[in-house]
Amino acid sequence: MADAESVTNILAGLALFADLSRPQLEAVAHTFDEQWFAQGQRILRQGLTGSGLFVVLDGEAAVTIDGQTRAVLSRGDFFGEISVLLGEPPAADIVALRPLRCLVLSGADVEAFLISHPRVMYRMLQAEARRLRSANLWRS
Amino acid sequence: MAELDTRPFPPGDYPAVVVGSGPGGLQMSYCLARLGVRHAMLSADPAPGGMFRRLPLFERLITWSKPHAPAERGTRPYEWYDWNSLLADDPAHRALVPEFMDGTSYFPSRAEMERGLAAFAERTGIQVRYGCRWEGTRRKSDGFVLLTSDGEYRCRVAVFAVGAAQPWKPPIPGIESVPHYVEAKPVRAYAGKRVFIIGKRNSGFEIADALLPWARQIILASPRPVLHSLLSRSTSGVRARYLQPYEDHVLAGGILVLDAAIGRIERTPDGYRVFAEGTTITRALTLSADEVIAATGFATPLLDLPALGVATVNEGRIPALTPFWESISGPGIYFAGSASQGASGLRKHGIGSNSGGVAGFRHNARVLAAHLAETCFGVRIDRPVLRPDQVVPYLLAEATRAPELWNQQSYLARVVSFNRERGIVDEGILPLAHFVDAAGPDAVGMVVETDREGNHYPVAYVRRSGRVGEHALESDLMLDFETTPHRAQLRALLEGLM
Repeated sequence: MADAESVTNILAGLALFADLSRPQLEAVAHTFDEQWFAQGQRILRQGLTGSGLFVVLDGEAAVTIDGQTRAVLSRGDFFGEISVLLGEPPAADIVALRPLRCLVLSGADVEAFLISHPRVMYRMLQAEARRLRSANLWRS
Repeated sequence: MAELDTRPFPPGDYPAVVVGSGPGGLQMSYCLARLGVRHAMLSADPAPGGMFRRLPLFERLITWSKPHAPAERGTRPYEWYDWNSLLADDPAHRALVPEFMDGTSYFPSRAEMERGLAAFAERTGIQVRYGCRWEGTRRKSDGFVLLTSDGEYRCRVAVFAVGAAQPWKPPIPGIESVPHYVEAKPVRAYAGKRVFIIGKRNSGFEIADALLPWARQIILASPRPVLHSLLSRSTSGVRARYLQPYEDHVLAGGILVLDAAIGRIERTPDGYRVFAEGTTITRALTLSADEVIAATGFATPLLDLPALGVATVNEGRIPALTPFWESISGPGIYFAGSASQGASGLRKHGIGSNSGGVAGFRHNARVLAAHLAETCFGVRIDRPVLRPDQVVPYLLAEATRAPELWNQQSYLARVVSFNRERGIVDEGILPLAHFVDAAGPDAVGMVVETDREGNHYPVAYVRRSGRVGEHALESDLMLDFETTPHRAQLRALLEGLM
């Protein structure tokens, strides 16, 4: 914990921000807030409004719906975007499985951020496409 | 012969130790003492006041204390209009900062703030061992050993209220030759000079504002665009009283506000050269300046706590904390004062707490003291029982006037529980993040929230059979939530609980 890797260095290695220059990554690091969550702590709460877009920097989190774990998130994964894009409360709890380090951008700031960073928006769309494909494979 | 040391709290064993005699430490010690928790209070300083003994640099705070306000001075609702005085049970010890203000501004001067804090320490009889510097920490089986300049203090619980006022600079090549905000010279020294300020938050704009009549040119630069409090709807942005330099920039009057990442800084025979890259507009910039100032913020002096497992955010500057202000990764290590911002809460609509300032963290300290007293030291706190007909008016009165709910929006909640055995119980003020995640009896947590359109409104978080639902009540132009529609709305939400 003493020598946590710098946020900008971590961002440089994440697919979501792969197209950004170093100065742009620094701006992202300054725009998002950094948060740590203790093991067992909830980050998103099913049904509660007013949250944001989270990007996992370190640690792991479970996606749980009505107490059942549906997926596990780790470095580079992001969550909260569906709730923000649709303007609805999250449909799942996100719970830290071990100490979890995240960046968070308030829901109200996400639209402006994505529009001013179209390459991040495109990467996010790719990630959503992969999720959709996985979900369709699982169903078929 | 050596003089007898008459200072309180000699090294030894104590149930708890509080480190720091700024407003966070004073509030913490006061609240623990009121609850009967024995503790040692240690401070490296010679007198109370913490950072307000030397900051802010230009001697004026950015938080109001209104000598004349809609609520009567010294009452609990008045605390919302007085963000700088510490909290006290005895009305004679409340609202002390306005007592020392000379009427020239509703922002106290640094000296007025310092006098108010000293008066609080003196009148409430807080004992402090001054001149005792915390130098290191060891964990032992049932607590901690704090190593100090006076010897070892063993305790079960350590509360660090050491402020967040240690000058901090980002790792930019060449920045070591740049003075930090706290090292800025008197304004006259900048007369006719080109000044480059790294940082676009309050301290950067505070300096820019002070240099308006002196500097030939001022450039402020940092990677992200300026965040204004008027737009963020919170105190996290640059405050309105520092808007003048920004207006000058907008009108192209000699001040430049740039979104740029600083790559490196070089000394030149007559000043500095700053190499930067635009962030919102991609462009390489090479800028010459006579003076550079790093208004790059502050850190909590954590000493060796990271080695004990204390995780941090913001490049090691702030400890990451649980809703009850305990290190998320260092059990038993608690924080009061500015560092309590490390418990971020729900940040509803992106609006953070006021825990970085006295207005917010004074309330946190009172909640933390009660939590420690009950969970660590077996103190029993009597909680009032309410009649069913009192619940709705009580919660709406709290939403309208409780300083805890207004200073700490969507962060601290007034909690009332509904129990078969105990009846309807006022559980006091609790962190909202704790309330929505903790198991417990049916209950309601009342908070005040603000959305991004700027509407203020009460929100009732209602826990029924272990599940928490969120219910926003109507906003009101006059901020009066005690109206007939509000009563009807809340009564319907609590149907079946009373």
